[in-house]
Amino acid sequence: MLNTNPFDAVTALISTDIQQGYIILMAVLVFLGTVLDMMHKKSAKYFSLDTEKNNKNAKRSVGGGEKAGLAIGVLLNEVITSGEFANTKRRLSHLLSMYGFIFFVVATAVMIFDLAEGAIWAQLWHIGAIMLCVGGYWFWFFIRVDVNAEGAKWYKLVKADMFILGLLLTATFGLLWSYLQSTGNGGAVADMGWTTLFFVLFVISNTFLFSTVMWSKFAHMFFKPAAALQKRVAHADGGALNLPADFDLTDPAVHAKYPDVPMYMGKNPPNMGPGIRREPPNHY
Amino acid sequence: MPTFVYMTRCDGCGQCVDICPSDIMHIDKTLRRAYNIEPNMCWECYSCVKACPHHAIDVRGYADFAPLGHSVRVHRDEEKGTIAWRIKFRNGKKDFDLLAPITTKPWGEGHYDLANAPAPSKDMVDTELLYNEPKYVRMDDGGLHTLESNGIEMKEGVYY
Repeated sequence: MLNTNPFDAVTALISTDIQQGYIILMAVLVFLGTVLDMMHKKSAKYFSLDTEKNNKNAKRSVGGGEKAGLAIGVLLNEVITSGEFANTKRRLSHLLSMYGFIFFVVATAVMIFDLAEGAIWAQLWHIGAIMLCVGGYWFWFFIRVDVNAEGAKWYKLVKADMFILGLLLTATFGLLWSYLQSTGNGGAVADMGWTTLFFVLFVISNTFLFSTVMWSKFAHMFFKPAAALQKRVAHADGGALNLPADFDLTDPAVHAKYPDVPMYMGKNPPNMGPGIRREPPNHY
Repeated sequence: MPTFVYMTRCDGCGQCVDICPSDIMHIDKTLRRAYNIEPNMCWECYSCVKACPHHAIDVRGYADFAPLGHSVRVHRDEEKGTIAWRIKFRNGKKDFDLLAPITTKPWGEGHYDLANAPAPSKDMVDTELLYNEPKYVRMDDGGLHTLESNGIEMKEGVYY
């Protein structure tokens, strides 16, 4: 199953041109959905106003080179390693789903457009779908804040679930369809049997995932890095988003200004530990 | 001064939902980000503001506390055991930091270990005193503790 390109068998039912056209259509839908989402939520306007506000607080200007350095930092920390998550489980789940999705999408495009040869792409497609399922179902049943902190049941759906549900259905139907093809029990795609059913479900879930970008969380992959960069720039220019300074508790100047600190904590206080983060936030 | 959430900074971790004693911090059904569902019912304990790991929750200050357009932001640093506030006025002329300790011992330490406390005797069970009541609030060793009995004198006026 893992070494077989699942789209090979589809060609008997649907021509390669239509398959390629479908992929292009989905890419266009993502682009349009993102632009409409941006216009509807006025997110670009919000970011520009917010940047303007932060610039007013700035104590020094951040140069182009430094900004590029910060952008690399965002790429390495927030984008590649999902470093923004304070919760390790959420971070792992996000990494699994994110890389699973990337592998899955890239392998699909390569196999349908016939860009490269080799079983590696079929393997990557399956590994991506499996990673997506592991990270996604972990998130869906256990980590999702609605379930974890709000105490909602896993089957209670809200609008915010569109994206994760689209991802999970796509990966699950894709794997089931590929499995049925490999065992031969469900017949070929053109036989109108179980394999065809799961292929149709796979196409429907894909269409749902990529056509609902305007209403779903799909666009977060575009604006989250922008927000992370804005935050880094705000800290680099000294404005620090109006947050208090990071005080060094061993500094005599801090002791003189805030005498409560040495009086109650001593002049060199120890590390007090993680505090509230010793327990996960699920005391509902 | 009820609290509000900057949705772009929130990552939907649920710390505020978990800690809110009024149960008014909830998760938005469209964006899966936290929001204060009823600011009128916020009793302004700021637990959510302090608990948020991303500084995504802020305080909307009253006009008698700071003029409109101001910023009141907090950073609770558990590892250092301090809480810092920064209050900044709209014109930027008033801009100051406050810093205070919130613990003197590492979290989870310094609590009375009940497991090692002796079990109450029959006599103690029969008294109106609570089990293991701290000595300084007990009245069975010479009456009520007062400033006078403890040798403390009140001074007139504000002297802190």
